Amino acid sequence: MTRQKRSHHRLKRAVAPYLYLSPSLVIIGLLMLLPMVTVIGYSFQNSAVLRRDPSFAGLKHYQAIFNDPVFWASLWHTLYFTCMSVIFHMTIGMVFALMLNSDRINPTLRNVLRVLYILPWLFTAVIIAVIWRLLLEPNGVVNSVLMQIGVIGSKVEWFSSPETALHAVTFANIWAGYPLFMVSLLAGLQGIPKDFYEAADIDGAKAYQKLIFITIPQLMPIIISISLLDFIWTMQVFPLIWITTGGGPIYSTEVLSTYTYKLAFSSYNLSQASASAVVILLISLGLTLFYIRYQKAR
Amino acid sequence: MMFRIKPAMLKMAAAAWLLGATSAMADTTLEFTQWWEPELPAGSLRKIMDEFEAANPGIKVTLVSGPYATTRDQISVGAATGTLSDIVGLDGAWVNNLNAQNALADMNPMMDASGFDKSQVADIVKVDGKAVMFPVASFVYPVFVNLDLAAQAGVTKLPSTRAEFLEAAKKMTHADKNQYGWVLPLSLQTPSGVQNDMMSWVWASGQSMMADGKPALEGKPVVDMLTFVKSLNDAGTISPGIATKTEQEKVEEFVNNRVGMMIDSLAHVNLIRERNPKLNFDLIPVPVVDGYTGKRGLPYASWGIGISAGSKHQEEAWKLVQYLMSEKVNAKLVSLANAFPGNVNAKPDFVTSDKAFGKAFEIFKTGYLANEFTGLPVAEDLMTQFDVQAQKMLAGEQSPEQAAAAAQKGWMAKF
Repeated sequence: MTRQKRSHHRLKRAVAPYLYLSPSLVIIGLLMLLPMVTVIGYSFQNSAVLRRDPSFAGLKHYQAIFNDPVFWASLWHTLYFTCMSVIFHMTIGMVFALMLNSDRINPTLRNVLRVLYILPWLFTAVIIAVIWRLLLEPNGVVNSVLMQIGVIGSKVEWFSSPETALHAVTFANIWAGYPLFMVSLLAGLQGIPKDFYEAADIDGAKAYQKLIFITIPQLMPIIISISLLDFIWTMQVFPLIWITTGGGPIYSTEVLSTYTYKLAFSSYNLSQASASAVVILLISLGLTLFYIRYQKAR
Repeated sequence: MMFRIKPAMLKMAAAAWLLGATSAMADTTLEFTQWWEPELPAGSLRKIMDEFEAANPGIKVTLVSGPYATTRDQISVGAATGTLSDIVGLDGAWVNNLNAQNALADMNPMMDASGFDKSQVADIVKVDGKAVMFPVASFVYPVFVNLDLAAQAGVTKLPSTRAEFLEAAKKMTHADKNQYGWVLPLSLQTPSGVQNDMMSWVWASGQSMMADGKPALEGKPVVDMLTFVKSLNDAGTISPGIATKTEQEKVEEFVNNRVGMMIDSLAHVNLIRERNPKLNFDLIPVPVVDGYTGKRGLPYASWGIGISAGSKHQEEAWKLVQYLMSEKVNAKLVSLANAFPGNVNAKPDFVTSDKAFGKAFEIFKTGYLANEFTGLPVAEDLMTQFDVQAQKMLAGEQSPEQAAAAAQKGWMAKF
């Protein structure tokens, strides 16, 4: 009896953590795993969703997208858009964070700047897209100002020209995304002990030396974490590109998200769209694993 | 006390169940999915349904309403999962896909069985010989002309041919004042500009982009249209930003006196008046190729209606379709929607009370409805493909012939 009681108690103790976890496991299973597995399943079917009896397609849809030059163009545009965005988010975020952390700026002005710099973060992607469409339209403010100061001789169709469209959407995304870096780095800057800088001052270090040898190394964990997260998020940006250019002109701003959307809702080729979505998933998964490994290593 | 209440409660529950069951047995409830209700004055579609229910005792109609895009997705999924509503609002661009899924009922046998007069309807959309859709209300696309800009430019006679249109567009263009003769929205986000603003030139002249049910984009009609659009672009008469311009922006530019002419839906007349009450504009048919004197094709978008192949109440559903297509009800519905009727005998009230609509109704009556994208497979995808080739042509990367050939190749893959 005592042994029975003991084993019952042991079982209860072993099961208890799983019971506590079960609500979140069910939610994760239903909201994340199930859709993911379903989409992976669709990518191996012919006429997925559209037919009640879809047949097995093997790797046909993966072959189709890998043979499509537009897919490779989309992949390249996604990489360009993401890398440039992350680099500039980081650079601008760092400059503004240093500015807001500096004692040389008047505290009132600093508070005003703090509000101004964070503004882009408060807008939704749709509002940002509309703002930049209006600013960058051929008869918009940007062209007018640039023509007045003599930078350009004629109106530039920023979003409508294949030469400038990708740079224009990247610019809009950089403007929208730097506050995340700025806020995170500002928090990091405020956590760096003053002693380091005082010691550097005694040693006669110059401002740029303090930046390179104290500030940046101290901020490195934040920089890497936020950069990785930003890379993952920016890779999946859809509304900004969709509303500003729709992936055009021609295919000059087609990224993986717009490419997949068009396959699904313009071509109604949900099988190929699923294959494309799985490719995005794999890329994101690779980055996520990298991020987790980095976090563990820390 | 408990023993007294329980039997009483049971009796009440039984009576309620019996009442519910008998009424459920007596009534057939039809589900009608569409995007029309949000676009009509509040409560007006429900009122028409109430009148139908009063005229057809035993049939109830439940309206499932949502925005256009949501309805489209809902119908696609419903067709795949066999949960499509009994009656569905349709866009002509969807019917081919839905027919491929065997989701739409053939209304031919229903028409024959009920002795339906086919001559009273403006169009019956058929796929593989099956009558799958009736256009209930049509929104035609004439050319809107800013009369003040035309007068300032010395355009005294409104254009009737392509050559006259080019001349008028050139005269109305003053790039230094941000003023252009024409506006062409070719955003890939909504590639309907291909249908409304490009192919409409082909249909207006009684021509076709198809031959024997297959694309014929390399034929003279489409190549000539592309050449014409290119000539307008080369002359600098098209408002800049073509490749990302949407239909809403097109209307906005017209409202703000920035373009002299645009092809647009008649449904926007009230919107244009609201946005700029002082705007002095007129409507003309889409100009034709020089020398063409035949009937003009009038591009249109429609609110179509069809019956689900899986519906268990097809007989009752057909009664509702007939009701909406009948002369008086159709006239009432299209009057509310500012659209043209699906029943040729119906006359909406706005055509007598409003000069612009009256003029458009004359254009409508003297021409014929033309939209060859209706019934084509993945119509939106076809428009996107054509759009990309047109953009390449306008960017100077290829000739009209090359654009037509590239689009033809892409389209053939979809057929």
